[in-house]
Amino acid sequence: MTDATGRPRTVLVLGGGSDIGLAITHALVARSARGVILAARDTGRLDVPATALRSAGAAVETIEFDAELVDTHEQVVAHAFERARALTGDVDIAILAFGLIDEAPILEETPASAGHVAMVNFAGVVSSGLAVAQQMAAQGYGTIVVLSSLAGQRARPSLLPYAAAKAGVDAFADGLDEALLGTGVRVMTVRPGWVRSRMTEHRRSAPFATSPERVASDVLRGLDRGARVVWSPGVMRLVGAIVHYLPRPLFRLLLGSR
Amino acid sequence: MADDPTSNGTRHRLTGWGRTTPSVATVVHPPTREDVRAAFEAAGTRGLITRGLGRAYGDAAQNGGGTVLDGTALTAIGPIDGPHATITVGGGASLEAIQRAVLRTGWSLPVLPGTRHVTIGGAIASDVHGKNHHVDGSFGAHVESFTLQPPAGDHVVVTRASDAALFEATTGGMGLTGVVLAATLRLMKVETRLMRVHSERTADLDATMRALVEADATHRYSVAWLDLASPRARGRSVVTAADHARAAEAPGVSLLDEPPSWRPTVPPVVPVNLVRSAGVQLFNAGWFRRPLPSEALVPIESYAAPLDALGAWNRLYGSRGLVQYQFALPAGEETTLRAIVEAITHAPAVPALAVLKRFGPGNGAPLSFPIEGWTLAVDFPAGDPALGAFLDTLDERVAAAGGRVYLAKDARMRPEMVPLMYPRIDEWRETQARIDPTGVLTSDLDRRLHLTAGSTRSPR
Repeated sequence: MTDATGRPRTVLVLGGGSDIGLAITHALVARSARGVILAARDTGRLDVPATALRSAGAAVETIEFDAELVDTHEQVVAHAFERARALTGDVDIAILAFGLIDEAPILEETPASAGHVAMVNFAGVVSSGLAVAQQMAAQGYGTIVVLSSLAGQRARPSLLPYAAAKAGVDAFADGLDEALLGTGVRVMTVRPGWVRSRMTEHRRSAPFATSPERVASDVLRGLDRGARVVWSPGVMRLVGAIVHYLPRPLFRLLLGSR
Repeated sequence: MADDPTSNGTRHRLTGWGRTTPSVATVVHPPTREDVRAAFEAAGTRGLITRGLGRAYGDAAQNGGGTVLDGTALTAIGPIDGPHATITVGGGASLEAIQRAVLRTGWSLPVLPGTRHVTIGGAIASDVHGKNHHVDGSFGAHVESFTLQPPAGDHVVVTRASDAALFEATTGGMGLTGVVLAATLRLMKVETRLMRVHSERTADLDATMRALVEADATHRYSVAWLDLASPRARGRSVVTAADHARAAEAPGVSLLDEPPSWRPTVPPVVPVNLVRSAGVQLFNAGWFRRPLPSEALVPIESYAAPLDALGAWNRLYGSRGLVQYQFALPAGEETTLRAIVEAITHAPAVPALAVLKRFGPGNGAPLSFPIEGWTLAVDFPAGDPALGAFLDTLDERVAAAGGRVYLAKDARMRPEMVPLMYPRIDEWRETQARIDPTGVLTSDLDRRLHLTAGSTRSPR
């Protein structure tokens, strides 16, 4: 249980290979977390992050989780909570960090690939997020951290399925938090701007680009104040409002060739 | 959705008195003993814990996702058995109600903790102590017997003779051995409803400790209120020592003169913490210098539980609540006490209220908090994770010195500290597992500190 001074003990990361998810987890371990469950499609790729978290002082278990296979999520998440209880206790914080990014501008993308991005980034969040919410409601408390994106504020052609899915994720997280009223469970939506990570390494950076570590420290501050939404960096709140309300010709101008 | 195992229960978000670490549980209000037993049968996989008046500071009377049995309906207060100086009361009867009932005929509860809003079940489960611990011991010392409803089977009447292990496992056992349905307590005779209180100001911690030692030699009650809000205050204090006033000392004051029951209450909405460093320092600067009568007659309850004068004072700390850190150190560890007090004056959160007292010898209960020596209780505003790390370092020093943290106040300790502070935990676990073999009894405190053997298991 997260203690009276805001220190969680057990963390579940869906998308255990995500740079942002791992940065948040490392920050939580540095603070207090002693048990971590990392879940990802390819558990072999979790060996390195698991070792790093262990040397930071956490007990770590890895489990298989495929975001696209929504039929499996209820069972996989139940298994993750069981493993967590055997390790250090109820899951205090679950981080939904998995995601895919489009490989090409929308009209050059294959419809199947665009559909996969939408499935993983949106449908996967809906089913696994709901499974986590139900598990946490049954334990009477917990916090779900959902990684949304600035991109969800206004979909742009170069990242269209990704951005559209993030818009859906954002709406789902907000609604889920409302649905969980009275259960002791809360949902925190994180809206980072451009984050330098493995997911974005082949792409041109954007203004106010930030790092996974910076997002992590913003997330921890958000957890401390019980925030429902965290923008990272903070200036993204303003950027988000601007891109959301900007008339389309100006938005096009702002994007330029991006 | 979450299973709701009981038909009459409703889901509630619960916290302790510190208003931190909320969790949602199904709360049931059994009106009779039979309903208590039925509540156990209906409890789901997340188990059951009893809750009284919610004065434990931390998560002792919460059970996220499980059942919380509100025991406050069992309020019977039996007639006083004069020849034996005992009274039999329901487990949900409050110390306030009992004290009100017995004082009229010249009796008093022999142990009065810092608040009267505690049930008998809670007083036993936390083995509470009062300002007379150095003379009279803790609450458990004055319990003759209690009736316990275990998770399965019939209720049992437990005395030291009938089942010493269960008696002691329940005393200080944080409600994890069953529901106390009733208890027979020893009372003490008093001539008035007043205390004669001597007050003395001290300049620093050493003088405070000396004054407490002196006070304990000649008085039944003693306590020191410390100023730790600034390092410059150096542990200055007001030490009070008291005894029950004899009839001749308080002419014209009848035992029947009940104090008014009205009291001011902090309104429910205090959005921000009002207990801040500058304010506390300013308050203390006045409070520790105010004119102090060296001797006064005050009502017993005002001396025993001064904070009860302000209802819901915990709201002053705003929505993030407070953490009370109370530890005990064995006699002879005065150097450690000084070092910890010094550290607390530099804590990352303002130590708003600090109370120091000497304990007499502890009792035989494995999880009972008091040990012979010193106890210090300090209130901090919660919410700063740096406070958690700071208190962890104090835990280490307290444990290394053979001391312990009070479980009834705790909301943040790590489980690995428990066996160091309570070395007889395994003995307690054995008795607990005997009375609760399937692990029905549990609480957020239990899950966090791994008290019961079953607390680390996945739900049944």
